[in-house]
Amino acid sequence: MKTELTVNGKTVSLEAEPNTLLVQALREHMGLTGTHVGCDTAQCGACTVIVDGDAIKSCNVLLAQMAGKSVTTIEGLSTADGQMHPMQQAFKDCHGLQCGFCTTGMVMSAVDLCTKHPGASEHEIRELLEGNICRCTGYQNIVRAVKQGAAQMKA
Amino acid sequence: MGSNDFASLPYIGEAVLRKEDERFLTGAGQYTDDIQINNMVHAYFVRSPHAHAIIKSIDKRAALAAPGVVAVYDGQDVAADNVNGLPCGWLITSTNGEPMKEPPHPILCQGKARYVGDHVAMVIAETLEQARNAAELVDVDYEVLPAIADIRDAGKNGAPTIHDEAPNNHCYKWAIGEKESVDKAFEQAAHITKIDLVNNRLVPNAMEPRAAIGCYNRASDEYTLYVANQNPHVERLLLTAFVMGLPEHKVRVVAPDVGGGFGSKIYLYAEDVCVTWAAKKLNKTVKWTADRTEAFLSDAHGRDHVTHAEMAMDKDGKFLAFRVHTDANMGAYLSTFSTCIPTILYATLLAGQYTTPQIYVEVDAWFTNTAPVDAYRGAGRPEATYLLERIVSRAGWELGLSQDEIRRRNFIGEFPYQTPVALQYDTGDFHQCLNKAMELADVAGFDARRKESEAKGLLRGIGYSSYIEACGLAPSNIAGALGARAGLFECGEVRVHPTGSVTVFTGSHSHGQGHETTFAQVVAARLGIPVENVDIVHGDTGRVPFGMGTYGSRSISVGGSAIMRAIDKIEAKAKKIAAHLMEASDTDVEFANGEFTVKGTDKKVPFAQVALSAYVPHNYPLETLEPGLNETAFYDPTNFTFPAGTYICEVEINPKTGETRVDRFTAMDDFGTIINPMIVEGQVHGGLAQGIGQALMENCVYDRETAQLLTGSFMDYTMPRADDLPDFKIGHVCTPCTTNPLGTKGCGEAGAIGSPPAVINAVLDALAPLGVKDLDMPATPHRVWQAIQHAKA
Repeated sequence: MKTELTVNGKTVSLEAEPNTLLVQALREHMGLTGTHVGCDTAQCGACTVIVDGDAIKSCNVLLAQMAGKSVTTIEGLSTADGQMHPMQQAFKDCHGLQCGFCTTGMVMSAVDLCTKHPGASEHEIRELLEGNICRCTGYQNIVRAVKQGAAQMKA
Repeated sequence: MGSNDFASLPYIGEAVLRKEDERFLTGAGQYTDDIQINNMVHAYFVRSPHAHAIIKSIDKRAALAAPGVVAVYDGQDVAADNVNGLPCGWLITSTNGEPMKEPPHPILCQGKARYVGDHVAMVIAETLEQARNAAELVDVDYEVLPAIADIRDAGKNGAPTIHDEAPNNHCYKWAIGEKESVDKAFEQAAHITKIDLVNNRLVPNAMEPRAAIGCYNRASDEYTLYVANQNPHVERLLLTAFVMGLPEHKVRVVAPDVGGGFGSKIYLYAEDVCVTWAAKKLNKTVKWTADRTEAFLSDAHGRDHVTHAEMAMDKDGKFLAFRVHTDANMGAYLSTFSTCIPTILYATLLAGQYTTPQIYVEVDAWFTNTAPVDAYRGAGRPEATYLLERIVSRAGWELGLSQDEIRRRNFIGEFPYQTPVALQYDTGDFHQCLNKAMELADVAGFDARRKESEAKGLLRGIGYSSYIEACGLAPSNIAGALGARAGLFECGEVRVHPTGSVTVFTGSHSHGQGHETTFAQVVAARLGIPVENVDIVHGDTGRVPFGMGTYGSRSISVGGSAIMRAIDKIEAKAKKIAAHLMEASDTDVEFANGEFTVKGTDKKVPFAQVALSAYVPHNYPLETLEPGLNETAFYDPTNFTFPAGTYICEVEINPKTGETRVDRFTAMDDFGTIINPMIVEGQVHGGLAQGIGQALMENCVYDRETAQLLTGSFMDYTMPRADDLPDFKIGHVCTPCTTNPLGTKGCGEAGAIGSPPAVINAVLDALAPLGVKDLDMPATPHRVWQAIQHAKA
């Protein structure tokens, strides 16, 4: 079946089986492999993307549900000239990543978190990040990064 | 160059931001599953739903007829092609002189399945979905046998036999130390502290599930295996020489970006061999990626010890002798390095930071119907530290000595120090670590904080742990004498390009540790060039000369030292070139800060000019001076390195719910020379998260009767999340390692090694007023609540 949606600002029309998940469509049909699959139970958040302004787990929705919607993946977060989003820069500055696998989903969650809760405290950031698992960083530097990213997104 | 000179170079000790981050942050990283190759087919494994079963027959017909299916292979197919089983890399000899029992580990089951998730057949189809659907149609007739999950059941009378080659399910009995002297010392003891504990089984859970892509080129008869792996050369060696009987030069193993390993990606797995073998058979590229449940079922697990130990002391609390018996779970088969974990890497660490003169450790290793158990972050050393630091704390409580005093009375104070369990520590300062940890943790303010907690109806406890670990596994000849079937060196190649930029090829593998930055700092510091001018290449047997990979916190101490050796050679040759350029004798040429100078003159040439000249040898004395500036070194260390530290944890427990919160955590580590403090701190944070995870929530549980895995997803296995952990306080003491040119000791595992006993000691301290004396990990709310109820009863 055919689904029309917007991905990273471009309108695309994808022909795929009706049971195709959004993450499959992004990774396998569009080659957007920055969105990762870390589990099969929507627990880890590595596949997080932003759909119409909300961070969602792309392993948990069908492509068909995305008809007419606007999807932003990690590849669409930087500006067209390659300048990293303030949240990406904050993760780099604060050493908020190690192996990088959970990172793209973590950054997407962080952008959503800071858009909706720009003044979140450290405690609130920790609670709001609970949909994403990182196995490398112990979260401390991710929390620092989110704080810095939030400040720079406001600026 | 000595380690003191090295530590004073520019870039060393500087928090250089990571070179690798931009690609990871923009989605441009390339993990194995991201690789798409034309004409690729997909593998899916039929895994045993039973922990122990005879495979009476496999009917593949329906699966073969399903849409898109290319092939279905089972154990008979691999046997017909003479594909060997997976080898174990470390031979342990039992105390009676017999070699360990080493039953075959076929890549696809041969007549019997031995754990839930064991590989029964491989279905290959044009799409993953087709392969998965067809796998449902493979009709396997099983005769289910009784199974063993718990190590305490493995040796019981009447227990089922898992391997005919290992009667009683016993793999080996191994010991170190002098039993008679230890027993005699116990007779002299004024006090004996005893402990029984379980070191809980864990699932490593790197966020990237394992993946492998087998490719075959018929024209050149060459294979390429892309695989999420920590040591591609070892993977190639095992795959070619031991399993498939292929010449190594025909196989290239690429471990591209790897999303965490923590030990679970050190090993050669059945899936890696299967896709490589099938690639030639089908003349197609074959891809397999684990889903998370497959990872839970089939990644090598960690820990799983049951131990009884006794410490003999004199009347002042001075340790006289330590006696330990440990049962270690090997799982259903011997994974690559499984056998050395509870022996060489565990028992030899049981002196810890203490001067205990006599130690005897006995280890029984058993087979059970569970996934293979192997190294997981720390590997043997967390198990040793957990045991020792639990019993030391308990001894302090029993003798009425404070937690720092029982440690101080027994600390090793002079170095080098020869322990009674084989290791010789070169440097350390355990008193300083403890003092600085207590200061940073504000131990002085603990009583006031405890009163505040009590006012809220909460219990507060403080726990200590003074760990030591042996890192940078070495040297090859000792390891060989202890049963290693591989060398433990590392290789580095430094290629200086004509414009003075440098590419380094290292046998270490980075899967989050930041080698591309740290190693570049080492090279830039030594050559006096900008760090931007250095690129690090790793993870590809087609590009890197050789390597033993990354595990055991060996990368910078062993891999970095190999690079230093290669730079020594570069420097020696560059001096000859510089001497030629400056018309001086090469013995008069000195090199510092990126410049070659001639002693006693003002002549100088920069490194970049020497590099260019190496490739423009128009007026060289070519008979004596070869063009080019490219050197390789293999480095085999003379000893392990010994990072050590003291960790202090404070917990708050709600006695009504049993819920434990880590309120404060302080880590004071001695890693020797630190190259990039930002990366080192990040590694400590990650290790602490895994250690605190083990102490409070993580637990791999099999049903004791059926050996079914009960924690097979993130829904059932509790992973630490951001709000489970506090902000950590981190500090450093530095006594440089004396056995490598960098002075580094390794930092990757310390957090996971030192933290579990600190947390549990804190929990026990908090619960002591209620009469709770013992608790096994993980200290879940349910367990803590139960312990409180038992103590009340």
